[in-house]
Amino acid sequence: MDFIYTFLSPGVLSQIFVGLSRTVILFIVASGLSLILGVLRIPNVFHGSLYMIGAFMAYTICSVVGGDAGFWLALIGAPIGVGLVSLATERGLFQYLYEREHIMLILFTFAISLVFGDLVKIVWGAEYKSVPVPQVFQGFVPLFGGLPFPRYNMFLLFMGPVVAIALWFLVNKTKIGKISQAAAVDREMVGAVGINVSWVFATVFVIGCFLAGLGGALVAPTVSVTLGMDHSLIIEAFLIVIMGGLGNIWGALLGALIFGLTQSLGILIWPQFGIVFPYLAVIVVLLFRPTGLLKSTW
Amino acid sequence: MLDVKGIHTYYGLSHILFGVNLTVSKGEVVGLLGRNGAGKSTTMRSIMGLTPPKEGTITFNNEDITGKKPYLLVRDGIGYVPDDRRVFADLSVDDNLEIAFKRTTEWTKERVYGVFPPLADIKARRAGNLSGGEQQMLTIARALMSSPDLLLLDEPTEGLAPLIVRSLEEQILKLKDAGISILLSEQNVRSALRMITRAYVIDEGIIRFEGTVAELEANEDVKKKYLMV
Repeated sequence: MDFIYTFLSPGVLSQIFVGLSRTVILFIVASGLSLILGVLRIPNVFHGSLYMIGAFMAYTICSVVGGDAGFWLALIGAPIGVGLVSLATERGLFQYLYEREHIMLILFTFAISLVFGDLVKIVWGAEYKSVPVPQVFQGFVPLFGGLPFPRYNMFLLFMGPVVAIALWFLVNKTKIGKISQAAAVDREMVGAVGINVSWVFATVFVIGCFLAGLGGALVAPTVSVTLGMDHSLIIEAFLIVIMGGLGNIWGALLGALIFGLTQSLGILIWPQFGIVFPYLAVIVVLLFRPTGLLKSTW
Repeated sequence: MLDVKGIHTYYGLSHILFGVNLTVSKGEVVGLLGRNGAGKSTTMRSIMGLTPPKEGTITFNNEDITGKKPYLLVRDGIGYVPDDRRVFADLSVDDNLEIAFKRTTEWTKERVYGVFPPLADIKARRAGNLSGGEQQMLTIARALMSSPDLLLLDEPTEGLAPLIVRSLEEQILKLKDAGISILLSEQNVRSALRMITRAYVIDEGIIRFEGTVAELEANEDVKKKYLMV
């Protein structure tokens, strides 16, 4: 380990780890957004609201059930709850709008996000909510010459690859994944081989939104759960998806890595302007690769 | 089995088909012949529900299927092979067959590979990387997976080398022997005549001739005017 320190100080290394745990949240949310963008061609601004709803649902489940059991239940229950909300909106509204122009879809999903923002305010109120870090993940792990690293962030670092592998399996090894790859390119032909494309879209939409809910539930113990967390995240998620290549899940992973790491390392370089670095990274990437780093499905 | 009566189809505002009538009986291979842009593909798309007609009716097995959704028509027993191939390029050959809807177990992957042996050798290859002939075989194979009673084959030989056209003809005749009724649209009249028993000639969205192959062969006027042979 001492060998590494000659290149990177413990401070830098621990910032890298902080950036990676941020990457995990960004990846989980952005991959869902990208999946929906790639297959359904909907630029879903509503995705941010679902992330926020996931965090609020996690708060409710944690405070009702309590303890570590509450956290684990929230981790499963909040994404499922978000999935149900998304299923209702997809069947009730979105399914009638797939053929519309993208600008209409952006306006529409933005409007829905405002409506749901207010619904969240009615249901949960405008105060900040906090979700406790579960007992098992409390405290710090000494890393890199004794610098403390939050145990919960270690859990996040574990969850990232788990979700990535699960997504890879879903897209490449399951029937619904293969169908959605085909539907992303030629939805008419998918219908003409006997597949009910409408339900494929509903399923993909719910899976994508489930990921938004999971991101919300995972982030809840690390932030104050509040109104407005939807808007800041949806902008970041869109930038990540654009940077990675529209509809490409691995692009979302790459984009989230760049975004998370430039954010955490930027703070070291220029603390007052740390927040600018990820956006600079987006500009640089798009200057050289206007269609994103990896192949877009559009 | 298939009865198309007086259909008028539009793309947006442009009127493409003008009262097209045609029938396909069980076990028949019927040709829909005509030049490029005559309305062959539009007729196929109208039957398949991809571009539903504004007027007229289409009945299949005594059920009115006008305006019915394409995926439901597949489940009723109609298979569709589009003229521009449209394989699922990102999926493997095997997955192209795998994801198609299976109505009955009459046609399995093994049986389909039996009709198109070359496909069996390239199962794992990405469909987008296949040659034109291989892609054409794959689209027919994919349509077979739903065990159709009626197959709509839209210009299967278009853009293929003569040798490949020959082997494709044999494979299509095998499907006829398997009891599948076929509506075959073709520009390549010589090739079509080797497969069909009856023909319709379409031009500018109107059926100009219908009759048996022998009648068509004898009608120099129709051949010269609409088919350029």
